Amino acid sequence: MRAFIVLVQKEFLQIRRNSFLPRLIIAFPILVMLLMPLIMTMDVRQVNVAVVDLDRSTTSRRIASHISASEYLTLAQTTAEYPFAMEALEQGQVDVIVQIPADFERDMTVATPERISITANAVNATKGGMGMQYVVQTIAHTLSELRGEKSPAKLSGLVTIENRYNPTLNYRYYMIPALMIILFILICGFLPALSIVGEKENGTIEQINVTPISRFMFILSKLVPYWLIGFFVVTVAMLVARLVYGLTPVGSIGAIYFGALLFILTISGFSLTIANFSETMQQTMFVMFFFIMIFMLMSGLLTPIDSMPMWAQRFTLILPPRYFVEVLRSVYLKGTTIVELWTNYAALGVFALIFNILAALTYKKQA
Amino acid sequence: MGVIDVHNLSKSYGKVLALDRVSFSVGRGELFGLIGPDGAGKTTLFRLLTTLINPDDGCAEVDGCDIIKDYLSIRKRVGYMPARFSLYPDLSVEENLQFFAALFGVTVEESYDLIAPIYKQIEPFCTRRAGKLSGGMKQKLALSCALIHRPSVLFLDEPTTGVDAVSRNEFWDMLAALKERGITILVSTPYMDEASRCDRIALCSEGRILGIDTPTGIVRGFDKPLYGISAKNMFALLERARSEEGVEDCYPFGEKHHLVAGEGFDEERFKAALADVECLEIVSTEPTIEDMFIKLMRR
Repeated sequence: MRAFIVLVQKEFLQIRRNSFLPRLIIAFPILVMLLMPLIMTMDVRQVNVAVVDLDRSTTSRRIASHISASEYLTLAQTTAEYPFAMEALEQGQVDVIVQIPADFERDMTVATPERISITANAVNATKGGMGMQYVVQTIAHTLSELRGEKSPAKLSGLVTIENRYNPTLNYRYYMIPALMIILFILICGFLPALSIVGEKENGTIEQINVTPISRFMFILSKLVPYWLIGFFVVTVAMLVARLVYGLTPVGSIGAIYFGALLFILTISGFSLTIANFSETMQQTMFVMFFFIMIFMLMSGLLTPIDSMPMWAQRFTLILPPRYFVEVLRSVYLKGTTIVELWTNYAALGVFALIFNILAALTYKKQA
Repeated sequence: MGVIDVHNLSKSYGKVLALDRVSFSVGRGELFGLIGPDGAGKTTLFRLLTTLINPDDGCAEVDGCDIIKDYLSIRKRVGYMPARFSLYPDLSVEENLQFFAALFGVTVEESYDLIAPIYKQIEPFCTRRAGKLSGGMKQKLALSCALIHRPSVLFLDEPTTGVDAVSRNEFWDMLAALKERGITILVSTPYMDEASRCDRIALCSEGRILGIDTPTGIVRGFDKPLYGISAKNMFALLERARSEEGVEDCYPFGEKHHLVAGEGFDEERFKAALADVECLEIVSTEPTIEDMFIKLMRR
């Protein structure tokens, strides 16, 4: 037991002696949590709209003013010529063009008017699509407002919209749990692997192998510090989420820590297994990076699993982060309990067991 | 029965045969040297005896423990100093020593009397990081760490490689002192001149042991007359000498060539035949371990 404590102490001492690691462990979670939610956003804002007003009526002016009043849209220019607007679109100054046909207002009261045409730059498919939708909504809103003013019966209020769990559709709330997972993968995934391969490169592992220390004890001494660091990271990340973004988990904090525990065990066991098969840091880094790419892109961190092709959806079942992503988002935003998410916890538990046993078995030392 | 008993030990890495049916025995308190060039299989032998790897064939015992069955007891009894400095460079001298003491379940104080003669020399630098020590100091620290649990057998793999001549000499003095305390030492070195400091030596080459004897016994085994020859053009001399009658072998040896005389060699006739060679000198010399090594290699 004394030997184990000394091994863990040595590990912490080495982390502390490193000129770079302690700073990374503290600064990395804070920076990622502070900066990334601002950058990683799918919210489409500042859609530049050009209005080609051929009508020049109250209605067309009302549409233009609503567009410029919208939070998401910016009225970039109003012209009377479609080609001018098109040129601006080609130059990238404008994202969406709205053309209001001549005599639109008059025709609206008499019969079916000529349609308003909307042209969007769809090079960035998300921005084009979303921008177009915002414009359509704004115009529809304006028109129903006008109709409502003219007829006594109120048309508005027929449809109510409610976004459950994330009422303001704030993309950050969706991303913050994902960022916490990325932090775990980077800190608890890379560092233990690098620490073991570092011992191989230094040759110190030889000296350890001729001592009576068992391989399980040695591997465990490599893992424990990073488990503790992992918990430190999750706490910092949750504090930043709360203090900066006002995001507190709806569910229990215990459910989050329990999920984090299982996930940290899984990812550190995984990284040690890779380290056991690598001889150099370079090799470890590349192999880890390969898997991390898959984890990031396929675990539903950034894009929803439901919209992946069927074969890819099946493949995600063997990716441990997938289960933790679900746990973290459900607990944070919906307040789901451990019991309801038991399959996810069970899957993480199985992965943790498999990878840690694998790590201990593949470590090349007799017993 | 010796403290180290090796019987027909073989080990290959893929197709490369690193150790080919090696057998030898080392007695208690003996300083036994493995002498041979790089690639002779010395390190493989150390790794087998310290239970880092398993042999393909053959068996060995260290201090009465089988290297496969009783590997755990062996690890408690032996000290190993690998060829490459392998202590933690980011821990201080003191921390390294305490760390390894703890891994073996002992304290530095318990073994202080054993390591003191060596450790005292680096104690003034005990707070310095091990990675920042000079070569000689690193080696002393590594030896201290290998001795911390009072091993009965010490394995030293090329401990003097890359160390200056004075430190090398000091190091052999330390080994002699450890031997006095009854520790069995197996040491390897590529330097033939260090062989004379061992009680017995084994000459190794290409995974085999060519001969085992005391350093003087090895030299005595060289039963042919040996001459040192030199001339202005050394390279041409080598070619000429080899073609002369009665010359068994001739090879470069430091600033001279060594000439092994076979039957029918006559010094006067040799001089006469090479009369046209500028500044020819020929003197009878005493054979060294290296001469014996070359002789065994040629066989």
